[in-house]
Amino acid sequence: MFRKILLAADGSEHSIRSTNYAIELAEKFNGIVEAVYVVDGSTAKSDVLHAATKFEIELKRKEKIKVVKDLLEASGVEYKTNILHGEAGPTIVDYVNENDFDCVVIGSRGLNNLQTFILGSVSHKVAKRVDCPVLIVK
Amino acid sequence: MRAEQLKQEWFGNVKGDVLAGIVVALALIPEAIAFSIIAGVDPMVGLYASFCIAVVIAFVGGRPGMISAATGAMALLMVNLVADHGLEYLLAATILTGVIQIIFGIFKLASVMKFVPRSVMVGFVNALAILIFTAQLPHFVGEGWVMYVLVGLTLAIIYLLPRITKAVPSALVAIIVVSVIVVFGNIQVGTVGDMGSLTQQLPVFLIPSIPFTLETLMIIFPYSLALAIVGLLESLLTANIIDDMTDTESNKNRESRGQGIANVVAGFFGGMAGCAMIGQSGINVKSGGRGRLSTFVAGVFLMFLIVVLGGLVVQIPMAALVGVMIMVSIGTFDWSSVRTLHKLPRTDAIVMVVTVGVVVYTNDLSKGVLAGVLLSAIFFAAKISKVKVTEELVMREQKRIYRVEGQLFFASVSDFPGKFNFTDSVKEVEIDLTYAHLWDDSAIGALDKIEMKFAQNNIEVHYTGLNTASRQLKNRIGGLTKAEH
Repeated sequence: MFRKILLAADGSEHSIRSTNYAIELAEKFNGIVEAVYVVDGSTAKSDVLHAATKFEIELKRKEKIKVVKDLLEASGVEYKTNILHGEAGPTIVDYVNENDFDCVVIGSRGLNNLQTFILGSVSHKVAKRVDCPVLIVK
Repeated sequence: MRAEQLKQEWFGNVKGDVLAGIVVALALIPEAIAFSIIAGVDPMVGLYASFCIAVVIAFVGGRPGMISAATGAMALLMVNLVADHGLEYLLAATILTGVIQIIFGIFKLASVMKFVPRSVMVGFVNALAILIFTAQLPHFVGEGWVMYVLVGLTLAIIYLLPRITKAVPSALVAIIVVSVIVVFGNIQVGTVGDMGSLTQQLPVFLIPSIPFTLETLMIIFPYSLALAIVGLLESLLTANIIDDMTDTESNKNRESRGQGIANVVAGFFGGMAGCAMIGQSGINVKSGGRGRLSTFVAGVFLMFLIVVLGGLVVQIPMAALVGVMIMVSIGTFDWSSVRTLHKLPRTDAIVMVVTVGVVVYTNDLSKGVLAGVLLSAIFFAAKISKVKVTEELVMREQKRIYRVEGQLFFASVSDFPGKFNFTDSVKEVEIDLTYAHLWDDSAIGALDKIEMKFAQNNIEVHYTGLNTASRQLKNRIGGLTKAEH
């Protein structure tokens, strides 16, 4: 049922929690987890500003999602990691819909109403617009 | 293949490019006007510059989808030239800036960028943000609370509107709303019209009316050089950011040359020097712009709006523009550098702070970059000039082994001989250079001197572990200093 699972991962506390759920899903349904880290415009700006070379930028980003990767590695489920570019919400939505994923696992940042109004909720946007079931991890 | 690629760069994304170009044009107008006001020239100078640069760079640039126009970094460098000598000298300086940048591009000097350390680039960006912000403060002088309220309203719309809709640029909506309030509320505040005149016509080709003498060149050259360097610095940084955002590559030398051509054209058509813009390029990419067409549309649509709506533009209150500029400075500032300042190596933090300090003090971005680069070079030399010498006595052979670790060059060898005991009661000394590298004749000279002093005490010196490059250098110039004695 959930063979192809997309895990939204940015290395944060929330994405670590989501990783554990993604692993359990994958184990139950014998699925494959693809951990995706989306680099948005402002992250791209500060990453380029602070790194000397392309190689260094790539290294830093891999470092950032290393916790997630380590968890996946230790669990023994089949997985891969991927780094995409663009605004987090729409980029995940397009990627999921184009590649026929069966399920999306994404963390909720746990913002209050005002913060949601100002920052916007990525998980809500994704849940609303992808064509497959979404697991929002609180 | 070449034609195929060109077609792709121009027409590979027509719908996205046209829409993004229109969005960028709308966002460019207030900035072009505000940067003209910073430089101390009529709004038309910045608008003509933005039109010419965007259209020309669409054809000759190396990074499709990047937006170049009149910018704050460049405007800030021109202030004194405009104040002391006037607009015609600025136009001449703009043309010369372009010529210098074309030369940079032809000689492939884009790679020189790597000598500007990251901490200097961060300092550059932060200083730029601070200068754009402080340039807005004079507009508050002599204004009442209405000014503060209008600026606050502008900022509120800019930051909150995107939560409701992203279809229109929020800065533009803010300007329209605040302008409508001021015009229909009959509120007396300064407007763009007060800052200079706006002509609703296309730019025309003009040769700047300046005396073509050596004296003129001496006046404009320092400005042009600073403009050329700062322009390329920001353009290549922006190109790197857009490369990363879109996960594609771009031709940096072609971009340098393109920036030059664009500035030459801008100068002849009454525009001020400009460069790539980090913020606007980001807006373009986020709005779906990827190809050369987006930059072209941005330039053309901007000019179209000015010709059609020029009469309305002069009624924009300064408060709205000041709000937009505060937003630009907040967006330009690298906030992550403040959060991580205490985590950075101390020398990197000092270089960053000094770069910012010099720029804010001199109002000159190029001087800050120069100070930052020099300071990092000194720190680097100090860091690698630490040479460690450990010694070991081999009793049976009456031999002492010195192990040298580090880089031997002019800055590191001054106290190097002091680390050896020349009056030792051994027969033989071995200097192990496995973890050392000899860089210049100062290093060879220091070794020769050590060898000589040991020889005076009848101690023989042997070297071990010389790497190939160091051995070649030593064989070539070693012994020369000794031979004189």
